[in-house]
Amino acid sequence: MNNLSKLSPFNSLNLRQKTIVIITLTTLLLVLIFISSLNIDTSTITTDFALRQRPPSLEHLFGTDWLGRDMFIRTVKGLGLSIMIGAIASILSSLIAMVMAFFSSLNKYADSFMSWLIDLFASMPHLLLLILISICLGKGAIGVIIGVAFTHWLSLARVLRVEIKEINTSEYVNLARKFGKNNFWVAKEHILPLVITQIIVGTLLIFPHAIMHEASITFLGFGLSPHEPAIGVILSESMKYLAMGSWWLALFPGLALLIVVLLFDVIGEQVEKLLDPTKAQK
Amino acid sequence: MDNDLLRVENVSISFTQYLQGLEQHILKVISDLTLSVKEGEVVAILGSSGSGKSLLAHAILGILPENAICDGTISYMGNVMSQEDKERLRGKEICLIPQSVNYLDPLMKVSEQAIGDVPKEEKEQAFKHQREVFAKYGLGEEVDGMYPFELSGGMARKVLLSTALLSNPNLVVADEPTPGLDVQSVEETINDIKKLAADGKGVLLITHEIDVALKTADRIAIFYSGYVIEINDVDNFRNYENLLHPYSKSLMEALPKNGFKLTEGVQPLEDIDGCVYHENCPLRTDKCLKVKPELIEYDGAMIRCHNYNKEVE
Amino acid sequence: MKFLGYKAVRLLILLIVVAAISFIMIEISPINPVRAYLGEMAGSAEQLAKLGEYWGVNVPLQDKVIGWLKDICQLNLGTSLIYRIPVSQVIMEKFTASFILMMTSWLISGVIGFVLGILAGAKRGTWVDKIIKTYCYILQSSPAFWIALIVMMVFSVWLKWFPIGLAVPVGVMASQVTFWEWLHRLILPAFTLSIVGISGIALYTRDRLINIENSDFFLFARARGENKWSLILRHGVRNVLLPAITLQFLNFSELFGGAVLVEQVFAYPGIGQATIEAGLRSDVPLLLGIVLISTIFVFIGNTLADISYKYIDPRIRSEQDE
Repeated sequence: MNNLSKLSPFNSLNLRQKTIVIITLTTLLLVLIFISSLNIDTSTITTDFALRQRPPSLEHLFGTDWLGRDMFIRTVKGLGLSIMIGAIASILSSLIAMVMAFFSSLNKYADSFMSWLIDLFASMPHLLLLILISICLGKGAIGVIIGVAFTHWLSLARVLRVEIKEINTSEYVNLARKFGKNNFWVAKEHILPLVITQIIVGTLLIFPHAIMHEASITFLGFGLSPHEPAIGVILSESMKYLAMGSWWLALFPGLALLIVVLLFDVIGEQVEKLLDPTKAQK
Repeated sequence: MDNDLLRVENVSISFTQYLQGLEQHILKVISDLTLSVKEGEVVAILGSSGSGKSLLAHAILGILPENAICDGTISYMGNVMSQEDKERLRGKEICLIPQSVNYLDPLMKVSEQAIGDVPKEEKEQAFKHQREVFAKYGLGEEVDGMYPFELSGGMARKVLLSTALLSNPNLVVADEPTPGLDVQSVEETINDIKKLAADGKGVLLITHEIDVALKTADRIAIFYSGYVIEINDVDNFRNYENLLHPYSKSLMEALPKNGFKLTEGVQPLEDIDGCVYHENCPLRTDKCLKVKPELIEYDGAMIRCHNYNKEVE
Repeated sequence: MKFLGYKAVRLLILLIVVAAISFIMIEISPINPVRAYLGEMAGSAEQLAKLGEYWGVNVPLQDKVIGWLKDICQLNLGTSLIYRIPVSQVIMEKFTASFILMMTSWLISGVIGFVLGILAGAKRGTWVDKIIKTYCYILQSSPAFWIALIVMMVFSVWLKWFPIGLAVPVGVMASQVTFWEWLHRLILPAFTLSIVGISGIALYTRDRLINIENSDFFLFARARGENKWSLILRHGVRNVLLPAITLQFLNFSELFGGAVLVEQVFAYPGIGQATIEAGLRSDVPLLLGIVLISTIFVFIGNTLADISYKYIDPRIRSEQDE
């Protein structure tokens, strides 16, 4: 293989290395944001009325709000919260997808029940379902996390369902069943190792959506309580001050959230490329 | 050699591929391919299906995918063709007969796509011409308004053929024109191709069906593992003792036993240093393991084997 | 006809299930509806008791479910608690406003998205492609409400082309607003929803076109000497258009979500705002009414997607005939 690679001199830029570098850098950046947010003690965000509504400056990169609080610190804190909620919700979501997909592989009836369930969940606008679940659970962090988790499992479950169906009908699985292995054994030994790629990629791809939906639902007032330092809360507050020209209150926190979402997008795509090379051929 | 319509010299085609984990490697599909087609001659390239010989057709027409790397030269009527030349000539002097109905736009009526993109005022004329050619190949008027999915296998074949021949080309590249067809349609295709040669056109026939190659071609090139290992007259294939390469001989020898089908060829993931056939060759020497033989002329044929090289020395 | 009948039955079953589940979900919510309604306001014990009765706090769950379903069967959605008029009337008004907003941006984003997608796919790898792709990725990664805030900041605060906060107080019906006022108010929300909606359809179209460019028939058309733009316009657009339209129909669900967020920012008096009001202040009949109408809306989108596939594509069309 080595002597063949030499045949092509213009491939000195190795895609594998590039991909790994991108994944490492983006992950580092996200970890950095998360760790710094953990180190911010909310009580130290000082309110200083002398510093109310200051536009961005070197001292306060993102400006200050109507209580004189530093918006940069509030934003970082909010991003940390977004990442955490996004992580819990997307992991929970892919767990649901896994359980559903496994359940659908049990028999024909379970399978049609699951496709009916997917149809049912897809029949209502995403956001409305999210609002309903959040109301049902009394809003707050739990409501948001469960809501996001229960509205984002569909696509991964669909992928896994098809994948499992294919593996289940393969010869070696039939052979294993003939030797008396039960469903659970087959799932653990044969199916899980083969779908683990889809699960990892699927979870990563849910992440950005989870973060955005958390922010949206909090913005609308159905998510985290107004006392939490969430981006949705910050942006919702900013609306009151937009007319007065405090543009920085909305611009920077939203931009920061956008960047975090983009970073997760990038990680998801690059990992997908690494694990499923057909995506890289194009 | 002066009347060579098409001359392919030392053409290699390779792709960059990524495996899981994005390990990169170069996949060489066609290596050092040389052959020629004269006017009024049918030359067949015979190789197992899926071995990438269609890419030669794509290289001749300049329609290789962007990530393909193509070396060597392809000349038409004595001039080396640049990409611009290929774009100018294709569809006019050089035409492709593709393998299946998948090569037709599924959402466009047959006649509409046969004439191609013509200005409005010339459309009527173009349709008239298309009708004539279609009629020549026995396609009724009802076919014109059909969508590709409505065509039967035999009809589709005729449509592909007549579509390719609308511009009355000099060189026809037929890429697997017969797979999946019934016996009668295969017979018709063979006759149609022979008729093209009789009209003075050059035909490059790419196929994996030995009997089609034997019945149609004047010369046959054996494509094995990315390399052309022998090009010889069709008569020598009929009396296979006259063939040169041990693989060609064993191939023809084994035909009745294999039901006249080509055995699956091997497409090694990695290129090897020696002769591609050395592992199975009854006549192999140490040299075959280490040095790759070149394609040389021998007794009016072309052969890639050290056993003949020796005698030249 | 048989197809539509089948669809209608499916819709009916779907609505019953969705209605029942939503009802139960709201009812088991730990949020006290009376407190939610009052918000910051204080109330005496007597008032609270009265309001509790009005909200039906003490009625057992199963009685409520059955009672509500009975009403529904008689096409009675109940009375909105905050607007104090029949739910159907509120929905009619609000949904009409939202429908115009959604359809305007649906059309604009569909057309522009498709054109951009074709352009990006045809010019793959060039700067045109890169700009379009970057735009799409950024828009796709930003919450619609933030884009709305930015649009408002630019056009209302900075350029002062549009007034800020044209909110009509809750309870005042939109019918009291003149047509021109209303149109003026439509522009920014429709603009926002359009630019947000472009990215999905553009990226999809681009992807599809690239797939088609790699297809056998595209190759053969090239081999026959058709030039690049003829290929794109004759074969590319023809084959991408149908799946793109289908996708755009399937997008009704996201469109609704986007409308809710955008309406909230611009105080556009549509169904989105009503949803938030109803949700925050526990107007259960109104919220359930909205759930039903939005489910129907999404269902119609999906059905139209089905139809566009079944009746436009000649391949499937002929299967139907047989």
